[in-house]
Amino acid sequence: MRPLTDEETKIFFEKLSKYIGDNIRLLLERPDGSYCFRLHRDRIYYVSEKLMKTANNFRREDIVSAGTCFGKFTKSRKFRLQITALEYLAPYAKFKIWLKSSAEQQFLYGHHVMKSGLGRITENTSLYQGVIVYSMNDLPLGFGVAAKSATDCRHSDPMTIICFHQADIGEYIRHEDTLT
Amino acid sequence: MAAIVESVLQAEAEKNASYKSTEVDKAIELDIDEGNLVAVDLNPINGKHYRSKCQTYLNHLARDNAQILFNAIWQLPTKRVDEAIVAVLPEKKTSVPREKPVPKDQPMTRWEQYAKLKNIHKRKKETMVWDDAVKEWRPRFGYKKAGDEKRDWMLEVPQSADPYEDQFEKRGKAKNERVAKNELQRLRNVARNMKGKIPGVGLTPTDAPDVDHVKRSLAQAQKSTASLGRFDQKLSHEKPARNLGKKRKAELSSTDASAEKKRSLSILEKVQSNRPTLDTAKAVNQLMANEEAKSEGKAEKGQRKGRKGRSESKGDPTKGRGGKGSKKSMGKRKGGKGGKK
Repeated sequence: MRPLTDEETKIFFEKLSKYIGDNIRLLLERPDGSYCFRLHRDRIYYVSEKLMKTANNFRREDIVSAGTCFGKFTKSRKFRLQITALEYLAPYAKFKIWLKSSAEQQFLYGHHVMKSGLGRITENTSLYQGVIVYSMNDLPLGFGVAAKSATDCRHSDPMTIICFHQADIGEYIRHEDTLT
Repeated sequence: MAAIVESVLQAEAEKNASYKSTEVDKAIELDIDEGNLVAVDLNPINGKHYRSKCQTYLNHLARDNAQILFNAIWQLPTKRVDEAIVAVLPEKKTSVPREKPVPKDQPMTRWEQYAKLKNIHKRKKETMVWDDAVKEWRPRFGYKKAGDEKRDWMLEVPQSADPYEDQFEKRGKAKNERVAKNELQRLRNVARNMKGKIPGVGLTPTDAPDVDHVKRSLAQAQKSTASLGRFDQKLSHEKPARNLGKKRKAELSSTDASAEKKRSLSILEKVQSNRPTLDTAKAVNQLMANEEAKSEGKAEKGQRKGRKGRSESKGDPTKGRGGKGSKKSMGKRKGGKGGKK
């Protein structure tokens, strides 16, 4: 477990800011205590300082996970967000998509969001903007990337993909063994 | 007859008398170190005997002590080596001073380590080998060795080989390479067991270089100019080589929290400032939304007036959109307002 290097922080923040923009600041400066990002086995964890200090007493090999995993670095040093980050992305999300109840299941099985399943979308969502996916009763279901801008959405057919699937809460069951 | 027997017995007795007993009594027992084959006699010297018959006294003393030492050696366990029975000497007790320090154990070579791990034992091979070609016993290695390749005056060209390739040269090259490889490995063993830092050998050529090898050799070649690659031109999309040479110094896991926060905030600021303040895509989207809102407004007005020029097919999607877009249309209006402001 170690702090991120400048390079890693940059890559991580660039990815994170696609979803929550400037709100990353709120993750770093929390009124309820000091929190930090730590790298462990190529994964980034969001840990309270107290927990981090406790975790430092253990060998690296012995630690499986600490705090909340935000995602991991690929071998080519790109960063992939993981569904466990949703807890922190959802409250600060800048751009959202609401799904009709009929399309919820499709999304939770890992499919992209079609126009037909789209309930509502934040205005000014641009192309390839990171978006958080909600159910109609405001339950965060996952996140993805806008495949069409909000304005383009209106003109597209029901079967066009509106949002590329990236992660959904169904992964808690499907990828139970790999989520840390 | 009896006289002969007597004389023989007498001679025997005389002969026996000249031998002394193997049992020797000493006031103080000798300090015997069988490992070094040393016995130390701590008994005081008999002064009277020593002064009167010095040489004979010393001879006797030496004989007695040697007898005790040999008695001790006879007690040791024995083993048979090449038809001879030898005693197995125990550990040495006395430390004998020596001019040079005891040579250190040679560090194991890489092969020796591997052999030990895999439990591979060295086997003795005979020096002389039967050479069927010359019908003679020949040494295994070296001058006039058995199966000497140099004797070959003709070589078969393998089916797969290039017919114009010189097979002799090829064989010679292979041999030279084997020798060079062995030398390199020897030097590596030496280097590994040296204490100080030793410069690496760099990249050695391989027959089938993989991606990593090519990358590393490129990075090596780029550095190998007089300026260490400082004035070399690079391609526009070329990434700096990773994991080569420079090691990143690992930060402590629990450093000053406020400093770390400050660092990450400054990085965040940099990340944010990289983005253009005027998001063109967003602006275009807004403009489109405005225009659409306007045109839709007109259309709605038109419908309210009850124009019947519209086709039915167009009318359906608007209905459909109305159904699902109750929230959406609200959103649009909001967007439109925002745009105006």
